[in-house]
Amino acid sequence: MSDTHAQSVAYVRDTMLPEQAPPVTEAGVIKWMRENLFKGWFNSILTIVSLYFIYQIVTGAFPWFANGIWSTSSLAECREVLDGATGACFSVLTERWNQLLFGFKYPSEGYWRPTLAFVFLIVALAPALYPAAPRKMLFFTGLYPFIAFWLIWGGTILIPLMVLIGVIAGYFAFKRFERQSFAMGMLAGLLAAVVVIWAGGLIPSLLPGFLALEAVPSRDLGGFMLNMILGTVCVSLSLPIGILLALGRQSSMPIIKWICVIFIEFIRGVPLITLLFVANVVLAYFFPPDANIDLVLRVIIMITMFASAYIAEVIRGGLAALPRGQYEAADSLGLDYAQSMRLIILPQALKISIPGIVNVAVGLFKDTTLVSVISMFDLVGMIRGPILASTEWNGVYWELWGFAVFVFFIVCFSISKYSQWLERQLATDHR
Amino acid sequence: MKKLATLGVMTAAGLSAGAVSAATLDDVMARGQLNCGVTTGLVGFAAPNANGEWDGFDVGVCRAVAAAVLGDPTAVEFVPTTGKTRFTALASGEIDLLARNTTWTFSRDVDLGFEFVGINYYDGQGFMVPKELGVSSAKELDGATVCIQTGTTTELNLADYFRKNNLDYEPVPIETNSEAQPLYLEGACDVYTTDSSGLAATRAAFENPGDHVILPEIISKEPLGPLVRHGDNEWGDVARWTLNALIAAEELGVTSANIDELASGTNSPEINRLLGTEGTLGDMLGLDADWAVRAIKAGGNYGELFEKNIGENTPIGLARGLNAQWTDGGLLYAPPFR
Amino acid sequence: MSSISDPPSGSFQLSMLINDTRYRSYTFQFVALLLLIMAFAYLGYNLISNLQAAGLNISYQFLGEPAGYDINQTLIPYTSQSTHWQASLVGVLNTLLVALLGCLMATIIGVVVGVLRLSNNWLVRQLMSVYVEIFRNVPVLIWILIIMAIFVAVLPQPRDFRGDDPEATMVLGAFAFTGRGFYSPAPIFGPLSGIVIAVFLASIAGIFALRSYAKKALFDRGQVIKTFWPSVAIFFLPTIIVYFVLGRPITLEYPALTGFNFQGGIFMRNSLISLWFALSIYTAAFIAENVRAGILAVSKGQTEAAASLGLRPGRIMNLVVLPQALRVIVPPLISQYLNLTKNSSLAIAVGYMDLTGTLGGITLNQTGRAIEAIFLLMLFYLAISLAISAIMNVYNNSVRLKER
Repeated sequence: MSDTHAQSVAYVRDTMLPEQAPPVTEAGVIKWMRENLFKGWFNSILTIVSLYFIYQIVTGAFPWFANGIWSTSSLAECREVLDGATGACFSVLTERWNQLLFGFKYPSEGYWRPTLAFVFLIVALAPALYPAAPRKMLFFTGLYPFIAFWLIWGGTILIPLMVLIGVIAGYFAFKRFERQSFAMGMLAGLLAAVVVIWAGGLIPSLLPGFLALEAVPSRDLGGFMLNMILGTVCVSLSLPIGILLALGRQSSMPIIKWICVIFIEFIRGVPLITLLFVANVVLAYFFPPDANIDLVLRVIIMITMFASAYIAEVIRGGLAALPRGQYEAADSLGLDYAQSMRLIILPQALKISIPGIVNVAVGLFKDTTLVSVISMFDLVGMIRGPILASTEWNGVYWELWGFAVFVFFIVCFSISKYSQWLERQLATDHR
Repeated sequence: MKKLATLGVMTAAGLSAGAVSAATLDDVMARGQLNCGVTTGLVGFAAPNANGEWDGFDVGVCRAVAAAVLGDPTAVEFVPTTGKTRFTALASGEIDLLARNTTWTFSRDVDLGFEFVGINYYDGQGFMVPKELGVSSAKELDGATVCIQTGTTTELNLADYFRKNNLDYEPVPIETNSEAQPLYLEGACDVYTTDSSGLAATRAAFENPGDHVILPEIISKEPLGPLVRHGDNEWGDVARWTLNALIAAEELGVTSANIDELASGTNSPEINRLLGTEGTLGDMLGLDADWAVRAIKAGGNYGELFEKNIGENTPIGLARGLNAQWTDGGLLYAPPFR
Repeated sequence: MSSISDPPSGSFQLSMLINDTRYRSYTFQFVALLLLIMAFAYLGYNLISNLQAAGLNISYQFLGEPAGYDINQTLIPYTSQSTHWQASLVGVLNTLLVALLGCLMATIIGVVVGVLRLSNNWLVRQLMSVYVEIFRNVPVLIWILIIMAIFVAVLPQPRDFRGDDPEATMVLGAFAFTGRGFYSPAPIFGPLSGIVIAVFLASIAGIFALRSYAKKALFDRGQVIKTFWPSVAIFFLPTIIVYFVLGRPITLEYPALTGFNFQGGIFMRNSLISLWFALSIYTAAFIAENVRAGILAVSKGQTEAAASLGLRPGRIMNLVVLPQALRVIVPPLISQYLNLTKNSSLAIAVGYMDLTGTLGGITLNQTGRAIEAIFLLMLFYLAISLAISAIMNVYNNSVRLKER
């Protein structure tokens, strides 16, 4: 164009054109779809395949869910009600609800006990899991193991009470001697606890009926409750052991280091199922015949060993990730080993390790289903054994397994989501 | 100090470990409870009923021993065991008596170091097939897929039988009865094999028991009996003679109904000796005089136990067959009480 | 050491074993060792006295005795008259087989899912994260049992193929999908088939030779030689020609329904398939996360630098991102392989005869040698995992950034 256009053209626009809407394909939903669903032929094919897949699943599963029958007492009856239509027999869940949750031998009038213990568990975990919760609730967390033991296993309250008193005595003894040295304190605490528990152990036998709930032997535990008990007990026991193992593996004392290394590598090298076999068929040989350690306890011992080896590795990673300067700073303050670990190293190392520890915990919780292989009746064991083999419910696979998948998914997924949240909460470093 | 304490604990534990093996009877009496190993659940032999109480033929033996020793047929802790765990449970002292339809074999008796105290059920391995297959003999099973409940002598008998008859088969090993059931019903195997009493019990639990037949071939001898640890003869004697007392009671016509009357004395010396009104048989066992009375009262004599749990009027519906008294053409033959 | 803290050598006192940091570690170690020895002595003493009380002993002679039971899937010759040792070997091979198949399939699924999770297709991304979350958060044992149960319940059984108007038919007349497993045709190698195989192997070698020649030509002279179509031709033509010239020495054996089961062909049992699938999809969910993390670990600058050099997206992935991501992906990948191998011991839940099923299952039951059998079982898994760790260390050393 010429540079004297003002004179050479008849009309010149002197106002701006109003902004036009973008083309339909470049705005709103369509733009989003173009960019996110149909960008190129390959993506379009993927989208269509996925849509077809989703369509198949929805059309297959929806009538099955919608027509679900909730109130019959056997599969045959359920099929009669459905009369050839597609539909689920969820009545197996309602009819066997208690068995799925508590196993088939827990006394039915005592179902409130594990339920209450579970509610308390959430309360007890709150201060540990949720940093904003009132600190005073930690008191309840400390009491929780004793309450839960009493609720689930029953018997007189004096037994857990005596152990609690022993632990408190041990704590005070520890405080008293801690000034001298940490090891002295531990020794004194341990000794005091053992003495008090031993002495106090005589009292429950004198008053067996004092505040007693109906005693439930541990082989009567079952259902999802057993998974929860094994998961909670083993994870909480394996944490301190795992910390000790990790410290041992980092130690400069060769004998202690090698004991820890061999233990950790051995446990991590074998499948859990072989350890459960050990608990099931071998471990009894290693105790005196009258020790009478029942199967649940043996399984707890083996799973705890298993979990602590994995947790030790996670914490070792946390310890290794700490800058060398932290160790040196602690030394230069004149702290001894126990102090520097307790006050400086472990708080930081544990914080780094939290995601890993939660991963191990989730994995371990999933692995508690393995006890069904050694004929314990956890959730999976109940489904495989008594329920699927019963005359009424022979052949109800989808509903039962769907339920198991659902329960485990809810628990594990929320734990891992929680750990991601906590990780963000604890991220105090500046990025 | 601490080391000393540990050492002390160890020594004490060690001493008790050495001492315990010999005196199961004293242990049971001191404990006030008999630990008895049973199956994890086989209807008719040992299974928890709707109230969670154990019931069945093997359970009856446990209760009889508990009644004889402790005077209380309910003083039994039932320990469910699998084929894999049962021997360890007994050998390690977790249980005092194993009454879990266990086959008496040479190697179990001699090599594994157990003592079978008698036979409470004469069994044999059989086959169950769906009727629609039209099979009438095990010899027609060439090429079949066979579900086997492992952990017993079944695999070995099956391998021997098919080898001997030059037949081909596909074994599908299954750990427990309840897992084998759906596989068999869905048709993932053509045949299900285990002890024929177990087959009858399994079939009784089917929706349509009539659709399945148990083939006539019995391919093995399976004398099932309770067992104890080797080397503790006093305890072995108690278990053996409790079982014999149940069998002898049926032979002598002593039932749980008429036992009170008979226990006050009869003119049959053998009954009197059995029931403790004559002689000192109880003393010799280390028990009191009316041990056998309590054992028989617990669940009835052998015949009553059989009829109540697995007999023809129960869903399991087993005939006495080999398990009849020798006087009726069976194999049950209790040694004399004298 | 300063002279102040150095005590004169003659004045060693017993209390220094506790109070002096230089000697204290010896005390600790001594106590630890003592406690350990005492614990082992206690357990060992119990073991010996328990075994003695039960009249048992520890002996491995049972390994040499005939096993007496049959195994359905045997990769080496085995009959019921073979020894327990051979039965264990069959189990070992079955374990390795399912572990190998599982690792292969888990890697394929895991890589695909991991890459798709980063795809710019929103729908696919969501679907893949649903897959990963669902499979990661449910125990693998449940997956194994579900797949087995569905397998048995949903697929037709051989009896459904029978009759004039069967409910199920074979696919293409060659493949049968039954609740007992999959049947497919098996190749039968005739007398001259060795030549055909040799020609086939030779043509594969030829393709590699062609490729390296093309590469050399490209680097040395800048000459571009097309290799795709020639490779295809080399792959197929010589083998097919030789195959027909020699009169078709390799034939297929088709499975056919005779008696109770299909006979002939290759048979993959339902237990193997459900174990394989379950382990693969479960482990793949973890591998997908590793792959995703690995790709994300390569900084965006690398992709942008490659793009500014004018590389196409596919090439950026292959030449720039993946080689760097692999360094991050491979170590966790190998530990996932290790997990898969250990999880394969759950075979016992579906009756797959791996080592846990033979040595740890039927052999243990039949011989009652619990301690020995479980010890050997643990030793085997320990050996496998130590071997895999060794491989991992070698790999880590070889890919470590060569920093100078």
